[in-house]
Amino acid sequence: MGTFSVREVTQYIHELFDADSVLSDVRVRGEVSNLTKAASGHWYFSIKDAKAQLRCVMFRGRAQYVRLDVKAGDEIIVQGRISVYDARGEYQLYAESIEAVGGVGDLHAQFEALKAKLDAEGLFDADRKREIPVFPRRIGIVTSPTAAAYQDMLNVFRRRFPMLEIILSPTLVQGAEAPRQIVAALTRLNSLAALDIVIVARGGGSLEDLWCFNDEAVARAIAACGVPVISGIGHEIDFTIADFVADLRAPTPSAAAELATPNRDDLLLDLDRMDQTLNGAFGGGLRDKQGKLRQSQGRLGYVSPARTIEQLREQLASLRRLLRGSAFGRLERLGDRLQTNARLLDGADPRRILARGYAIVSDEAGTVVRSAREVQQNQRLGVRFREDQIKVRVEN
Amino acid sequence: MDEIEKLSYEAAYQALEDVLAQLDSGELALEQSVSLYERGQRLSAHCQRLLEDAELKVRRLDEASAVD
Repeated sequence: MGTFSVREVTQYIHELFDADSVLSDVRVRGEVSNLTKAASGHWYFSIKDAKAQLRCVMFRGRAQYVRLDVKAGDEIIVQGRISVYDARGEYQLYAESIEAVGGVGDLHAQFEALKAKLDAEGLFDADRKREIPVFPRRIGIVTSPTAAAYQDMLNVFRRRFPMLEIILSPTLVQGAEAPRQIVAALTRLNSLAALDIVIVARGGGSLEDLWCFNDEAVARAIAACGVPVISGIGHEIDFTIADFVADLRAPTPSAAAELATPNRDDLLLDLDRMDQTLNGAFGGGLRDKQGKLRQSQGRLGYVSPARTIEQLREQLASLRRLLRGSAFGRLERLGDRLQTNARLLDGADPRRILARGYAIVSDEAGTVVRSAREVQQNQRLGVRFREDQIKVRVEN
Repeated sequence: MDEIEKLSYEAAYQALEDVLAQLDSGELALEQSVSLYERGQRLSAHCQRLLEDAELKVRRLDEASAVD
């Protein structure tokens, strides 16, 4: 017979426990004794009955979900796995959840039970998820109007897509009354026509604070909503039943507002691109036409005011694009454009025409004379040059 | 003009895309392409105005005002 080290034999026993299908998930009923809730958040205790006792440990990650106020002497049901703690040579129950006997009290167990139930009904199915409209007009919000989360969302809307109508359906978002109010708030929104999206939101809080979003009636009201629902509840790490049943889950209320709206800056860039395409498409067609016009009309087509107007129009469109872009780098070029435009406008100034040797003839009342038929012999007329003018008399 | 100003962003954006598609197809008389171009400009300006001038409207739907 070989000789084992303590470590080897303990390891062997440990493996026996872990391979056992009963011990890997048990529910054990007993009375709490020697309960220590350590500063680390872990709980150490025993459960016992008249004949035996069992060491238990519940790590912080699980203990935080226990809503039941566990005290020594309480009769409870502990669920978890039984395994070996090698360093002490002891077996113990690694607790996952705790229930009061004949009652509930374990939030985590409740959560998992409801999640499993609704999942089995198909409420979380991917093919139930509806598309979020790209350009929403009216967004309904179910939240508390006094919460910072609500103002955060309004700010996101103002920044990203302000042509929205927001319809706030106020509700409590924590406490025993909250589920009923949330359902009522959703129902009110549902009675409105022409709503594009509903957001159900609440800022961060403790597990208990967020608990109303793990309520079955709330989950069903979200599922029954006539338009796509985005959930934005708590922080990134918080998952609620409402998140699973919503069409889209956002990690926070602000993120929900972002997921519900396009970004104005992106849309403006997109409009710029379309403007350029518009000018390109039109300009291309126009150039062909102009080519033909020029052939048939020669120089007349070339100096046509229509063409100059077209040029100005394009320049203005470019200016508008530049202004719209409003990126600082572009502002310098804007200055150049302005000068170009100023020169073009300058070309249309009648005084420039006079500088080329033309003159304006008018009668004494200042009315411009366009034809010899408008004047009589001996009539006095004014002739205006670029810089000065003279008076003349008509001979014949 | 009024017709364009009444359009929602989505509708105006869609109309602008339609204008571009038509202009792009070529084979338009000059007057047609001029009026399409002008329409496109107005649609684009309208979209831009909506984006830049719009103010968020906020309404409250309390239990008392449930019927809308």
